[in-house]
Amino acid sequence: MPINSADTAWVLVSAAMVMLMTPGVAFFYGGMVRRKNFLSTLMMCFVTLGLIGLLWVAYGYSLSFGPDKGGIIGGLNFVGLLGVGQTPSSVYATTIPQLAFAAFQMMFAVITVALITGAVVERIKFSSLLVFSALWFTLVYCPVTHWVWGGGWLQKMGFLDFAGGTVVHITAGVSALALAIILGPRKGYYEGERMDPSNIPMVLLGAGILWFGWFGFNAGSALTSGGLASSAFMTTYIAGAAGAVTWMILGWCYQRPSVLGVATGAVAGLATITPAAGFVQPVIGIPIGIAASLIGFYMMAFRAKKTRIDESLDVWAVHGMGGTFGTLAIGFFASLAVNPAGRNGLFYGHAGQVLIQLTGIAAVWAFAFGMTWVIGKLVDLTMGLRVSPTEERIGLDISQHGERAYGGPLR
Amino acid sequence: MKKIEAIIREEKLEPVKSLLEALGYHGMTITEVSGRGRQKGVPLKWGAKEFRLDFLPKLKIEVVVMDEDVSPAVNAIIRGARTGEMGDGKIFIMPVEDAVRVRTGDSGTGAI
Repeated sequence: MPINSADTAWVLVSAAMVMLMTPGVAFFYGGMVRRKNFLSTLMMCFVTLGLIGLLWVAYGYSLSFGPDKGGIIGGLNFVGLLGVGQTPSSVYATTIPQLAFAAFQMMFAVITVALITGAVVERIKFSSLLVFSALWFTLVYCPVTHWVWGGGWLQKMGFLDFAGGTVVHITAGVSALALAIILGPRKGYYEGERMDPSNIPMVLLGAGILWFGWFGFNAGSALTSGGLASSAFMTTYIAGAAGAVTWMILGWCYQRPSVLGVATGAVAGLATITPAAGFVQPVIGIPIGIAASLIGFYMMAFRAKKTRIDESLDVWAVHGMGGTFGTLAIGFFASLAVNPAGRNGLFYGHAGQVLIQLTGIAAVWAFAFGMTWVIGKLVDLTMGLRVSPTEERIGLDISQHGERAYGGPLR
Repeated sequence: MKKIEAIIREEKLEPVKSLLEALGYHGMTITEVSGRGRQKGVPLKWGAKEFRLDFLPKLKIEVVVMDEDVSPAVNAIIRGARTGEMGDGKIFIMPVEDAVRVRTGDSGTGAI
């Protein structure tokens, strides 16, 4: 197919917007940790722009989107972006240069790895995190992306994930939970030491950048610039708004309408609508956004009060559970009237879609949890996942990076 | 009247505060400080390079109590702030000549 310049322009802009989401996550997380770990938390996210970007170009794009090998993984045809050029692919995004598609997808890989770090802040050893990230990207992100978007078994089965509710949010959320269990809690967590956010304005700044970037994430996933992108754009906004208002009200019921809550609620709504944004009517963003915050809020409370898992910034509750619910919601609300390339859900006469969605969710949960467990244990046994107690007490900014958020480098 | 000045770890404020409160010492002043003790900070190794982190962030708690309350208050601070490792902090006790409540002008023991 010939190149459509409007589609190309929109996908390139979307890729740049999604790129900005990773610094957005960095600030969203950074503001939530104690002052002594602010920089290290920013660094864990920001470094993925470098590390995962390089791995994506080297082999990640090929493993994810290379010619299908048994439904499991892509072939090595695109290693080093070999043959990925200015002409469109015959399979993916056929109206834009394949390079634009590969760049857009690269930003998804980067932010997914960054999302996991919220579970392990304030205690993970930086060098071990880098090794874990590289292995996780290779052994979890690339295969799941291939299954869902690259012609793998889930896609062949008819499983739907518009912009990454499964590929990004379930994998990151479930892996965050597994890694947090292996790593153990922050020093003082069981003793009830205060671990209050050091800078809530930064959290809000991060959430704002994320919300902005999410239009690229979801509306860009139309891979065209027409009606579908516009529909996904509006659906995304609506779900973020519904999530923010719902979380605010929930917080108000128990205490006060907190700034941290409204920021978290917006992210919950946006994460949850991600898989469904291009398959459901925009107004369906309202119930999905409301449900996103109800689920995130109570799952967070459950994690904190009923378990002893220090999944520090609740990646599992917000992204894992949100992505799961959104992916399941497609089975009910998806409509061919919105996206002819999609499928109908239960409410439009195709009850079987619920089962397909459930199969995909179960498979990705099990795979992400199991693989993360193996990789996490492997890194822990070989190089150790945690910093020493002294380093943890001093803070990761100084012990891992030799710098402070306020006051500059140490000499 | 005595002033107790305790330099403690930042994360130990909550236990110290609640232990002091349980004994009835409600008034206190908190300051963020940085400092070092006899061991001159903490040695860190970055590759081959040795590095000494000399000033560590701490909290200073100031409480003014009656003479006979000094030892229970000091014990409460120790119980709340102690980890047993280097860097737990120090407590200084000094005499206070007088205290005045600004609102009423009351002075002496009634003002603390």
